[in-house]
Amino acid sequence: MNKSMKAVYNAVVILAAAAAALGVGALVFAAVGADIAKAYTVILTEPLKDLIGLTEIAVRAIPLTLIALGIAIAFRSGTLNIGAEGQMMMGILAASATAIALPDLPKPVLLPLAVLAGAAGGAVWGTAAGILKARLGVNEILSTVMLNYIAAQFYTFLLRGPMMDPEELVTGSGTPQTVRIPRAAWLDRLIPGTRLHAGAFLALALAVLVFILLWRTSAGFRMRAAGAEAKAARYAGIRVERYVVAAMLLSGAFAGIAGAVEILGVHRRAIEGVSGGYGFTGIVVSLFGGLHPAGIVPASLFFGLLLLGADMTQRLADVPANMVLVLQGAIILAIVSARQFMNNPYVQDRLARKLSRLLGKPAPNPPAGSREACPDPSDSPDPCLADEAEPRTGGGSPAETEEHR
Amino acid sequence: MSAGSFILNILILGVPFSVALLLAGLGETINQRAGVFNLGCEGIMAMGAFLAFLPPYFLADTPLAGSANLIGLLLAIGAGVLLGLLFALVVVTFRAPQGIAGIGLQMLGWGTAGTLFRKYVGGVTGVAGIAPLPIPGLSRIPILGPILFNHNPLVYLAFLLVPVFWYVLFKTPWGLKVRAVGTYPRAADSLGIPVARVRYQALAVGGAMAGLAGAYLSLAQAKMFADDLIAGRGFIAVALVYFGRWNPVGVLGGALLFSLAQSLQLSIQVAGIDFPYEFAVMLPYALVILVLALVRKSRMAGPAELGRPFDREQRV
Amino acid sequence: MPFEPIRSLELRGITKRFPGILACDHIDLTVGEHSVRALVGENGAGKTTLMNILMGLYQPDEGRILINGREVRFRSPNDAFAHGIGMVHQHFMLVPNMTVAENVALGMKSSHRPGRLDLGSVRKRILEISERHELPVNPDAYVWQLSVGEQQRVELVKTLCLGARFLILDEPTSALTPQETDELIELLKKMSRELSVIFISHKLHEVKALSDTVSILRRGRIVFEGRTEDHSPADLAALMTGHEVALPCVECSDAPRPGGPGLLYVRDLRVRGDRGNRALDGVSLDVYSGEILGLAGVSGNGQRELAETLNGLRKPESGSVRLDGVELGGCGADAVIAAGMGYIPEDRNTEGIVPSFSVRENLVLKDVGTGGWSRAGFLRLGPISRNAATLRESFDIRCPSVDTAAGSLSGGNIQKVILARELSRRPKALVAVYPTRGLDMGAEEFIHKQLLARRAEGAAILLISEELDEIMNLSDRIAVIYKGRILKVVPGREATKRSLGLLMAGVLDE
Repeated sequence: MNKSMKAVYNAVVILAAAAAALGVGALVFAAVGADIAKAYTVILTEPLKDLIGLTEIAVRAIPLTLIALGIAIAFRSGTLNIGAEGQMMMGILAASATAIALPDLPKPVLLPLAVLAGAAGGAVWGTAAGILKARLGVNEILSTVMLNYIAAQFYTFLLRGPMMDPEELVTGSGTPQTVRIPRAAWLDRLIPGTRLHAGAFLALALAVLVFILLWRTSAGFRMRAAGAEAKAARYAGIRVERYVVAAMLLSGAFAGIAGAVEILGVHRRAIEGVSGGYGFTGIVVSLFGGLHPAGIVPASLFFGLLLLGADMTQRLADVPANMVLVLQGAIILAIVSARQFMNNPYVQDRLARKLSRLLGKPAPNPPAGSREACPDPSDSPDPCLADEAEPRTGGGSPAETEEHR
Repeated sequence: MSAGSFILNILILGVPFSVALLLAGLGETINQRAGVFNLGCEGIMAMGAFLAFLPPYFLADTPLAGSANLIGLLLAIGAGVLLGLLFALVVVTFRAPQGIAGIGLQMLGWGTAGTLFRKYVGGVTGVAGIAPLPIPGLSRIPILGPILFNHNPLVYLAFLLVPVFWYVLFKTPWGLKVRAVGTYPRAADSLGIPVARVRYQALAVGGAMAGLAGAYLSLAQAKMFADDLIAGRGFIAVALVYFGRWNPVGVLGGALLFSLAQSLQLSIQVAGIDFPYEFAVMLPYALVILVLALVRKSRMAGPAELGRPFDREQRV
Repeated sequence: MPFEPIRSLELRGITKRFPGILACDHIDLTVGEHSVRALVGENGAGKTTLMNILMGLYQPDEGRILINGREVRFRSPNDAFAHGIGMVHQHFMLVPNMTVAENVALGMKSSHRPGRLDLGSVRKRILEISERHELPVNPDAYVWQLSVGEQQRVELVKTLCLGARFLILDEPTSALTPQETDELIELLKKMSRELSVIFISHKLHEVKALSDTVSILRRGRIVFEGRTEDHSPADLAALMTGHEVALPCVECSDAPRPGGPGLLYVRDLRVRGDRGNRALDGVSLDVYSGEILGLAGVSGNGQRELAETLNGLRKPESGSVRLDGVELGGCGADAVIAAGMGYIPEDRNTEGIVPSFSVRENLVLKDVGTGGWSRAGFLRLGPISRNAATLRESFDIRCPSVDTAAGSLSGGNIQKVILARELSRRPKALVAVYPTRGLDMGAEEFIHKQLLARRAEGAAILLISEELDEIMNLSDRIAVIYKGRILKVVPGREATKRSLGLLMAGVLDE
């Protein structure tokens, strides 16, 4: 396939995937009796109509970017981190506890300290899953899911118990929340009257740092090698287990920072429901952004729009906000399906031949018997999506050779 | 409360608690034996639970009320089959990576169930659900009677399905094919076994079981539906399959272990023992991690090609 | 369904394309009754693809198959079985965690009763066949418990149980010792009295011994057909490769080997395999500077474990590995690499390269954190690119650009990438495992020359191979490994195929 044909092909695949995802969404809209066109219009345009809407998109995009960056680091290193939700909660707890415990510190000290505490809180939770995988071979998807449930209980426990605002006990309302975080730990609001806060700069700066880490340092090179083909990395002397743990540490830290920033910039106290599914949406954002910071930043804005739009459909189109989960699920399924079409030369070749047969033209013959190279370097399979359910135990299938079987 | 009745209580609660895990785990065993790892189990269970809940909710005062539970079960199974086939389309035909695709399916199922629930039901409402069916005679045996023979029919069905699944897997042609496509699909392919079709079938069976497991939760266990009714049981079921080493009998053991942990947690609360509620709830989840960490990696027992798509023409 | 016997089988104009390759290019082939047709060609010539088309595993893009003059269409192997065609694949198609009977039952649809698998009838059939063709197998053994030779027998029995009267054998001898090979050829000769056989091989003496007629495939085309007895192996070899290839041979010096410990020194190495078995049971070896030590043996006798242990990928239970006097036993791969060990691993696609990484990245895979490729943790993209350009040139790596994903290259070029990386590191010692497996003669020649050049520069090279020709051509000395022990070390020039073959089968004294 030549370059221009390939571009057309990729565009067709992407459109088909988008249509499939929207179609699944439309089915559910229809099932709740909503006007499909109106519902999509509300989701995709309503938030863009005023300044509040635009800034609220950005407010949602900040934690999404941070979480998605962390997930991309883990994913590129061969680990699927589903645990951002729990890691974010641990980050919130650590950041708010730190800020509340040290109210007298000056802002230049306390604010960074609180963010770092958040990072540490998330990192602990991420590292736990990393060590379980590296040392004991525990499937990280299952362990991070379980750690989410544990973190959620721990979060509730602290907010209802040791960290609860004493005022709540006095007034007797018993709302599970902490006291207000001291002003010195607040992230400044950027535009008066909106909630857009300085965490946006942090998110953008970290996006650049993640790019440098993964593609410009030897540590990042090794992480990506460990993720792309762990066996080859091990044979090349890379300590894969160490990088798995490091990747999960960073991934957890990013989710923890997301939690800290959300508390310090938006809510200014730890309350229930702060994470609100960001950890799961972050997975979709990361995939949608191609597991690359340059894609993740715009992708997080798009999903910020989707999240806000879904909230609005509740009011304007009478569609429950859970709808956004449906769309996210459909988008994940569509993306992972489409990627196989875009990266698999065998599938492309088969499709191309079928197409040319349909058109009645003979397929172009590749050079006989030679297999010197693929036509395009971008044909390479994406390492990040080649995950495995279990480490291979060996002894299963014999090694393959050059023949086509 | 005496120690004896405390323990008896744990056991009596533990058996019905194990059923959802057992049903989903049996289905997932078939999936994984065929080489597919379906993390979407959680989402399928949510859909199953929601759909099974609908008929008894809407038909409560109609002439159809008597068969509402059955209709619910069939709806749940049907939806499970459809979602299983959707997953098969994504991971078998499109060869998408299974871990992330499973998360996608989980969100889709969970989100759809939640959206429809909020639209058509709204708040938490109970249904009559499936009534217990004590087995005459046996249920009167002291201790064993209440533990084993005083439950609803789905409990007995689930336990009967354990030997059935074992037989299907190890003693029937279809089970042979399932095991072959999960371990060495190329060999199966070379003998004319349609690898993709067998995997589709396995995923349909797995989906049906997950749907049924969800239905059990809403109709028989909780007798209501809520967004967070499944609460990770689908993921735990996946973990159970590892624990049970891809054998229905092992999965039964795992399901009982987890349900006992859960009923222990409930009994602690009921008994008023001074122990933070949240930590008690954590117990089963922590147990999953512990079990996964301690299970020895199998050598020849499991499906070697678990998680890998198969493409006849593709070089490995 | 009682099928009519195949009196003639014709393939006409068979064409099959894969991405970037035309595997079969209008192939015509006719095979008659009770004959043995050899299908000869280099790796990648299209032999296996052609046979997979005949089995209904691949659908041809063009062309027809005719049996007794009537066109047939095979949509799945079941159709081929129904016509009495069966194939023994090069890589055994046996499910390891199932019994022999279960493996046969998988294909024997008559045993698939509603709701029940009739293993009794399968057992009966297996015993019948194995008696008739003198192929003893135990139907209740698990496949993973069987040796390679036994699995080969099971494959034959399985194919015959499915009713094959027309047998395709794809490189059936590739994992056997010379003696086992002789036995198999005798057996096939006997069987060819009742059956027709297509025998795929690139080992020409076997072709001479077994076949009546021979077809030679080169780059997806039939380039020659004729009676086997009219042509010498040398003729056939030239036709197979399209040109004269004289693989380089080592020139052993007569100077006596230095005594004392080798540059690569291995003593009493004991290692456990993946199944907890003792894979290496007291291996001792010395590989001297400027020497190639060939390690011969049937695969599965500890070669993989030895290579992995020497490279720090497997922890020894006991014993010592030293490189230039530095103890490496129990060190990790990073320490072994830093000490100057080079490694060409067995599975080039998953162990030798990261397939999705570019050629450029793969060329610095081992040293990216050190030396010229990074400074203070940051990659030096300039030197990395220049390194890639230089090595691409000097190792003749054929790729569209050094940004191409290494995994998309042909096997020979992937092996060149690995070789370029390993040799440019100037290793003191090199462990090369099956370095030419599956490659065509041109690539093989190139790799052999490079190994000899490295030897001349003073490296100690341990060459692990199943190909006795390769070992005998290149090795100064040859060690034979059997069940995790070194049975004997013989000087290369004294070794014969027969003597090595006996050692490979574990026979120490004649």
